[in-house]
Amino acid sequence: MITSIKGGEKAIDASHRLLAKRRRGNPAIAELSVDQIREQLTLAVDRVMNEGSLHDPTLAALAIKQAEGDLIEAIYLLRAYRTTIPRFGYTKPLETSEMIVRRRISTTHKDIPGGQFLGPTYDYTHRLLDFSLLEEAEDEDGLPVSTDDTFEEMNLCYGAGFLSRTDVVEAELPSDGIAVADLTREPMKFPSKRDQRLQNLTRGDEGFLMALCYSTMRGYGRNHPYVAEMRHGDVSVVMEIPELQFEVGIGTVRVTECRTIHMTVNKPDTPAHYTRGYGLLFGHCERKALSVAIVDRALRGPEFGEERRHPSQDEEFVLSHSDSVAASGLVQHLKLPHYVDFQGELQLLRQLRDEYEKRAGQADSAENENAG
Amino acid sequence: MSAEIKAFPSDDVNSSSRARWMTLLAEAPVADIEHHWQTLPHPSFKWIRRPEFGSAMVRGRASGTGAQFNLGDVTITRCTLQLITGEIGVSYVMGRDKRHAALAALFDAMLQHEKATSEGVVGKCVRAIAEQELRRRQNIARETKTTKVDFTMLTRGDDQ
Repeated sequence: MITSIKGGEKAIDASHRLLAKRRRGNPAIAELSVDQIREQLTLAVDRVMNEGSLHDPTLAALAIKQAEGDLIEAIYLLRAYRTTIPRFGYTKPLETSEMIVRRRISTTHKDIPGGQFLGPTYDYTHRLLDFSLLEEAEDEDGLPVSTDDTFEEMNLCYGAGFLSRTDVVEAELPSDGIAVADLTREPMKFPSKRDQRLQNLTRGDEGFLMALCYSTMRGYGRNHPYVAEMRHGDVSVVMEIPELQFEVGIGTVRVTECRTIHMTVNKPDTPAHYTRGYGLLFGHCERKALSVAIVDRALRGPEFGEERRHPSQDEEFVLSHSDSVAASGLVQHLKLPHYVDFQGELQLLRQLRDEYEKRAGQADSAENENAG
Repeated sequence: MSAEIKAFPSDDVNSSSRARWMTLLAEAPVADIEHHWQTLPHPSFKWIRRPEFGSAMVRGRASGTGAQFNLGDVTITRCTLQLITGEIGVSYVMGRDKRHAALAALFDAMLQHEKATSEGVVGKCVRAIAEQELRRRQNIARETKTTKVDFTMLTRGDDQ
């Protein structure tokens, strides 16, 4: 039951003042600028843009500053902002095969056509605190990387491309002309379709999706993945301009794309083959791209005749609980006053106790009579 | 073929297609456009639609090749203006930078005017912006290439 409550304005204003004071921290230390957050905390910015479902590094950085680094709060702020601006249209699908690649790896083949490039990654770091950063020494990684001056084209077709030409790997073919579901316009419906699932997972909470992905790997719905290709880089965003009726590039986005393949043997009428999972996200976020791809594949079970037995395979469970804004809203509402609910429940509890005691009293006296 | 070359083929740096220059003006850093704007005579114009913020929903394809899905919005600034000579300039630029959108629309209109009168100064600026953009993309590719990795597989007992 919802009941309204009044008052508290003065206390709330004072609370906001304390919040601003805490956000500023020690005034003797220089204030953090939004530009600094955008340029130097890029992975936090990327997470906020993904789950906030809005690509705008400056606004994501502002949200992080305003939320004192609470990324789930920042995600909420960015989502809320998106609803205040008009939508001018939908873009053409990103041509990720034409990405300006900053990183690209494959775990299925040592020599993939075009080569593998580690790019910037924490994968091969020692994961020891680097005290030189504490001393505010110039970060070596911040300096320009020395390169040679000759330029040679990179030719990076998709990994597993040659596999795709056989029937070993599932082909994903375009199905244009069908309306694309949009969760910002119409709510999720079950049974869900792939477009709804991929949009939901893209916006979903990284921790929740990673835990589900982890559960599939530990045996709760086994679908062992190989990363056919993980790439990160810049892609042009192309949109048909309504008043001109031709397609124009409006800017570039940095994205992470993960393509997984999973051995699938379940259906008796199909030979064993590899099926696919997919994750495409704004910014650089490989942990989440992997999680999205593997959960995407887990939710495709019915297509391949797989039994639905574990949480990661249950679309209602996964898709209804993936959103951090919805989850945080319901969980945090528990901190708001519930005085009337509680009084109501307390009355019920007292009534139940009275009845219990009455029953107990009757049982006691019945026992006494029997004994007597 | 490779992204940077496909987007900016060297023999297409002279291309005068409107979609191409609009793309270039949207993708280039605003500072580059600003730099060239300062070197040009500023035409008179009136606003048809002043710069305004909005968004566009970006789409992807499952596995890069399959069914489409909605990935998330990007912020956009757009505007429309008309030069005193009649040409209408339009811009749609990712992000929330009104100056960027305004300059892109001005250049769009000026380039149309120039195409009609075949003068060439604005075109020269855009070619310079295109070359700058090509270099920026090549530099990313060069940096990436420094991390090219060749994993080798070792088999035990194969020391001979």
